[in-house]
Amino acid sequence: MSYTNVMGLIFPNMHDETLRDMTSVRALGSVPFGGRYRLIDFTLSNMVNMGVSKVGVITKSNYQSLMDHLGSGKAWDLSRKNQGLYILPPFGITDESYAGRIAGLATLDAFFSNSKEDYVLLSDCHVVGNIDYEKIVDAHIASGADITVAYQTGVIPQLDSTLVLSTGLDDRIADIAIGDSGETTGKYAIGLYVIAKALLRQLVHSAVSRNQMHFERDILQRNVQDMRIFGYEVTEKTLMISSLASYFAANMALLDPETRAKIFRTDRRIYTKVRDCCPAIYGLKSSVSNSLVADGAVIEGSVKNSIIFRDVKIGENARIENCIVMQGTIVSGSSTLGSVILDKDVWIKENRTLQGFESYPIFIEKGATV
Amino acid sequence: MFRKQECVAMLLAGGQGSRLYALTRNIAKPAVPYGGKYRIIDFPLSNCINSGIETVGVLTQYQPLELSDYIGSGEPWDLDRNEAGVHVLPPYQRTKGADWYKGTANAIYQNIPFIERYDPEYVLVLSGDHIYKMDYSDMIEAHKKKGADCTIAVIEVEMEEASRFGILNTNPDGSIYEFDEKPAVPKSNLASMGIYVFNWQSLRKYLEEDEDNPQSQNDFGKNVLPAMLDDGQRMFAYRFEGYWKDVGTIDSLWEANMDLLNPKVPLDMSDPTWRIYSRNSGLPPHFIADTATVQNSMISEGGNVYGEVEFSVLFPGVTVEEGAIVYDSILMPGTHVHKNAKVQYAIIAENVEIGEGAIVGQRPEDMDDLKDWGVAVVAQDVVVHAGAVVKAKAMVETDVKGGEDA
Repeated sequence: MSYTNVMGLIFPNMHDETLRDMTSVRALGSVPFGGRYRLIDFTLSNMVNMGVSKVGVITKSNYQSLMDHLGSGKAWDLSRKNQGLYILPPFGITDESYAGRIAGLATLDAFFSNSKEDYVLLSDCHVVGNIDYEKIVDAHIASGADITVAYQTGVIPQLDSTLVLSTGLDDRIADIAIGDSGETTGKYAIGLYVIAKALLRQLVHSAVSRNQMHFERDILQRNVQDMRIFGYEVTEKTLMISSLASYFAANMALLDPETRAKIFRTDRRIYTKVRDCCPAIYGLKSSVSNSLVADGAVIEGSVKNSIIFRDVKIGENARIENCIVMQGTIVSGSSTLGSVILDKDVWIKENRTLQGFESYPIFIEKGATV
Repeated sequence: MFRKQECVAMLLAGGQGSRLYALTRNIAKPAVPYGGKYRIIDFPLSNCINSGIETVGVLTQYQPLELSDYIGSGEPWDLDRNEAGVHVLPPYQRTKGADWYKGTANAIYQNIPFIERYDPEYVLVLSGDHIYKMDYSDMIEAHKKKGADCTIAVIEVEMEEASRFGILNTNPDGSIYEFDEKPAVPKSNLASMGIYVFNWQSLRKYLEEDEDNPQSQNDFGKNVLPAMLDDGQRMFAYRFEGYWKDVGTIDSLWEANMDLLNPKVPLDMSDPTWRIYSRNSGLPPHFIADTATVQNSMISEGGNVYGEVEFSVLFPGVTVEEGAIVYDSILMPGTHVHKNAKVQYAIIAENVEIGEGAIVGQRPEDMDDLKDWGVAVVAQDVVVHAGAVVKAKAMVETDVKGGEDA
């Protein structure tokens, strides 16, 4: 079938609190990842790769960096005459900014009315993966579900917002627990839902009129008996961002060739904004092993088990191990860093030493000088 | 009605680049990859937009498909504009018949209607053969100040090398009194860079006269410029200082790539005030494995390096397997060097497979006779099978089987 009948809605501010340090200056969706990407690139590319041509990005706060990243949507082939990318900032009916997903959806009447698509894919940005969304929509239509909730099976992320699902044999969801359910492993939702547009609008209106503003609790959990809410198990490799430590681990997971091949597939590309940097330059005394290095990097020192973003400079005799070094950061000569996450445009002066631990990396904020 | 443009650039991109042999078998010279992620044409196009010139005609003729695809809407260079922007201009059929572009001047002559619709004061003529960063607006400013009809950019070359170039002989005020094409005994060392600024109205007149002359080869250097000089038009040299390299031969293309690895060479590709734009591969960052050694090299996105890479330029999506050695070489997009293969002093074109243990190219110090040495070239899509040998200076256009020498 043609997926011109599905539109995407992305919530880049959901789970901002999981990476407080990084989201003080940006939405979770624009948190840098994997050397040249932002977290939103993954779900956005997955949508585009299934043929979705209309995507709304429902922003709530701190979305300047996200808007700069998305631009006209051209990098994702979403700069279209008809359809394309729509950034949907708060509408401002009340003084309060969005309390949650429902408040964001409630302001989209005009956007929905002008859309011809019958189905909506709702997605958060905290899951990195190359997921075949087409199969989820197919399953949604085949099962005749009212709502389909994508989930994975495994160790449950210990977050207040985690949905833990109990499903029947046909994957119909029988019960939903929100937050710590006491279980350590099981089926947990990954912030990805399929629903018919008309039903979504109706549910949102009904919830708003009762001042029920929590999508997961007031729409999913409340209706689990009365509606046909189905699960869909995502089997693709994913990396879940639920804390600074898991953000660190997810980046490092890309150093594994198999994981990289599963996420950066050549048949379903992950798109991102282009920066016109020249290729990475390795100096005469450089020594690099087991690392990802983006264009524009200049490496004169030693780099091990690290992710080096665009336009990063590593000076002579500097030693970097188990680090994530974001765009534009400079590590001057003779500095030694271990298990450090350096946000954008950090300047580490000469002869500095910083040592974190893999399960507790040090974080240096954007623009800081050490 | 088009908005008037002060200056329209016309980029001559129709040349075959026959001295690049195997590398221009399927593509025009301006589309030849350079510098780890660029193509030659990125330089004049980026120079145009950085100089504030927003209308560019690209004259194509030889193997235009890949070049036209590459330019596309011009979006990577910010040249996708409503009226201005980049326009690919191939030869076309008219009611009175069709003509190929007979020469550089004829190519512009055939596109007079394109230029006229912008009603420009000046036309900038560029070629797609050189690597350089230049602010054309400074040159146009100098042209205006001198009240010139034509200004030609020149660069000082070594006196010993001057006989390889088109030399301009000038008066102390910079005005040109003589063109000397590859002189045996050069009088000056000012070499023409193939960059011209013309007053459009006078150029138009000379193009029309040149077209009416059946003896003419319709070439700027041979016909139009000398005719203007003979007529006493005001022609000036504009001195350019900085990096400029012709990449018309295998050796010069190899050298120009190696120049990027030399910090002493004044070609800064990472200057944020004068970016060189290109169509990006959009691949993930490249991976350097723990078995790899990388020294003094340039590596672009999407690559996977498990072997040894020194003094080399790797384009997007290049794989170098464990135990493989790549020294002093240029590996274009998508090339795969298998285990224990050895690539030295070579230019490997796009999507080439170098099989396990194969040897491509030789070091000059390993040669019995230096006269036999040169950069080895493997053409696009060729497979050099496991164990095969490609000698120095070889030009490989077909697959090489194991045990075979090429």
